[in-house]
Amino acid sequence: MQGRECTALTQPADEMSKSERPNLLFRNLNAKVASIPMILTAMVVFVGGTVWTVLYSFTNSKLLPRLNFVGLDQYYRLWAAPRWLISIENLLIYGAISLVFSLVIGFLLAALLDQKIRFEDTFRTIFLYPFALSFIVTGLVWQWLLNPDFGIQHVVRDLGWTSFSFDPLYNSSIVIYGISIAALWQGTGLIMCLMLAGLRGIDEDIWKAARVDGIPMWKTYLFIVIPMMRPVFITTLVIIASGIVKVYDLVVAQTSGGPGIASEVPAKYVYDYMFFAQNLGQGFAASTMMLLSVVTVIVPWAYLEFGRRK
Amino acid sequence: MRYKLLTAALAATAALQFAGQAAATDLEVTHWWTSGGEAAAVAELAKAFDATGNHWVDGAIAGSGGTARPIMISRITGGDPMGATQFNHGRQAEELVQAGLMRDLTDVATKGKWTDVVRPKSLLDGCTIDGKIYCVPVNIHSWQWLWLSNEAFAKAGVPLPKDWNEFVAAAPALEKAGIIPLAVGGQAWQSSGAFDVLLAAVGGTDTFLKVYKDKDAKFAAGPEVAKVFKAADDARKMAKNTNVQDWNQATNLVITGKAAGQIMGDWAQGEFQVAGKTAGKDYTCLPGLGLNEVIATGGDAFYFPLLKDADKSKAQEVLAETLLDPKTQVAFNLKKGSLPVRGDVDLNAANDCMKKGLAILAKGAVMPWTDQLLSQDTQKQKEDLFAEFFAKPELTIEDAQKRFADLIASAD
Repeated sequence: MQGRECTALTQPADEMSKSERPNLLFRNLNAKVASIPMILTAMVVFVGGTVWTVLYSFTNSKLLPRLNFVGLDQYYRLWAAPRWLISIENLLIYGAISLVFSLVIGFLLAALLDQKIRFEDTFRTIFLYPFALSFIVTGLVWQWLLNPDFGIQHVVRDLGWTSFSFDPLYNSSIVIYGISIAALWQGTGLIMCLMLAGLRGIDEDIWKAARVDGIPMWKTYLFIVIPMMRPVFITTLVIIASGIVKVYDLVVAQTSGGPGIASEVPAKYVYDYMFFAQNLGQGFAASTMMLLSVVTVIVPWAYLEFGRRK
Repeated sequence: MRYKLLTAALAATAALQFAGQAAATDLEVTHWWTSGGEAAAVAELAKAFDATGNHWVDGAIAGSGGTARPIMISRITGGDPMGATQFNHGRQAEELVQAGLMRDLTDVATKGKWTDVVRPKSLLDGCTIDGKIYCVPVNIHSWQWLWLSNEAFAKAGVPLPKDWNEFVAAAPALEKAGIIPLAVGGQAWQSSGAFDVLLAAVGGTDTFLKVYKDKDAKFAAGPEVAKVFKAADDARKMAKNTNVQDWNQATNLVITGKAAGQIMGDWAQGEFQVAGKTAGKDYTCLPGLGLNEVIATGGDAFYFPLLKDADKSKAQEVLAETLLDPKTQVAFNLKKGSLPVRGDVDLNAANDCMKKGLAILAKGAVMPWTDQLLSQDTQKQKEDLFAEFFAKPELTIEDAQKRFADLIASAD
């Protein structure tokens, strides 16, 4: 009823603007003027910076940027570097883990909190609390917890189980999983909150209708509620995905890429080569590859998402 | 209340800025000396500079050189240069000099007869680009030291080794006694540095120079270097139980006798001193791993960015002179645990290990180090390789040497 009233109200206004639409450019002038700084920032800083970076990735710039083109040399070197290949592999593993687990755990926690339990606020605070910590602090805490000499392994061994071994950060083959644990601990709280907000947005009537039809609760979640929460899932997906690509500080705080180079990630490669190695060209080439990977994911998705509506 | 605090804070910042601008000869000096001993050493430099009527504004950047250098470089390239800044002399500031951002000190150097007083001469070579001098070396730090815990060897019941080979032979006995034979921290530069030391000690000075100076890739793939990789393989086996990251944590393992030895530069000595240990009694040092007693002339130097302000430029000259002053050199280097860059100063207060270093220096047994020979880019690639080599036993000696040779082939 309310909705119909709204359209009834807006329609005449629409017609009015159609009849006397003097100039499209000056409509909502204030809003347009207000957004000029942001438009400029986006164009100059983001787009401009991106173009500049891509351009200089084809040069042999060292400490200072220089326009001395060397073609694809930086890219050949990048893809021949064992460290870069390990970084990519780690990013894929880390990405898969944090995407799947933060969505699943986040949704499960939200669904459980949504059962009208007591002390919901308390639980929500507890789950969200890790998110208030920076990745650096999270990383340090988990570095201590996972350190075999005074962390979990030490405590369990002191309890009498002397053969117990749990040192993921010191084992090259599983170190990236150890890092993922910390990331999940930190990030799932936020995902839970987003999911909870989504769940609260579902109309109570739908639950009642489902109950009347005798649909079991898990089926209601799976086939009715989750499809209705599509926008929330997309927001969540974007937040998680951007977190995956830029993961850097967590690794620095926990292992600084070690043992050896077993837990290196692309963002760290970019930083190390730009600043420690004083080789801008190489760092730019690596960051261009990171951009490319994001673009290959975003463009088809955006096409499906926005292109279809038109 | 909140407003009051805010205004107070603002006023304080404003006041500070005014204070900063009031005296024309304030000179901001950036460096990365923040540990206990290092800070004490810097205080000596500041004291000496303040005594000239100028004012040293301390710009310490916490973290290691790796953290500090990007900040310094971006300040210089970004048009906000400090009065003077620390770098390791060699090639770290090379491009800044080539871009014309750093000040030419040749006049000051000629006036102070630096070429005569600075010893060894190769130190000034590290500061010289195209015949002009761009930095003031303040100390000599060398990498080639093996630090041994006397306590650990006594516990394992083996005599104190006199060189690397005896040390490797003693490893099984040490392991049996529950001691880590060699402490190597997880940071990449530590394993990479340890390899360089082995290259200079096991391979010899010529081998080292052929690889890093001439960048002879064929030689780097050859049997001489293969011997060094064999030694590095021993080292990684001896180090496999070290579960620490930072170099000083690794040094601490040696201090407490949990580890028997560590390959580390002479800055490790500061840690032994802070822990109240005596050279010769509690710990022993073997320069050049006891095989090749040569000292590398790496170290720290101050560079001066080109400034427009005439007063500050004048103060830069004064600072440059002060840094090389014999009195400053002694006071600074005693606190820092490094060797002075002048041969004509008296270091009676030096301890056992420092005296060993001075004796080698007096003999003229010096060689350049990687900071002078290789670009940061190559050094980083080398770090990546050896970090992997030390952490991953599956990486064979042959594969590692092949990758090392490839790296040398593309090195600059």
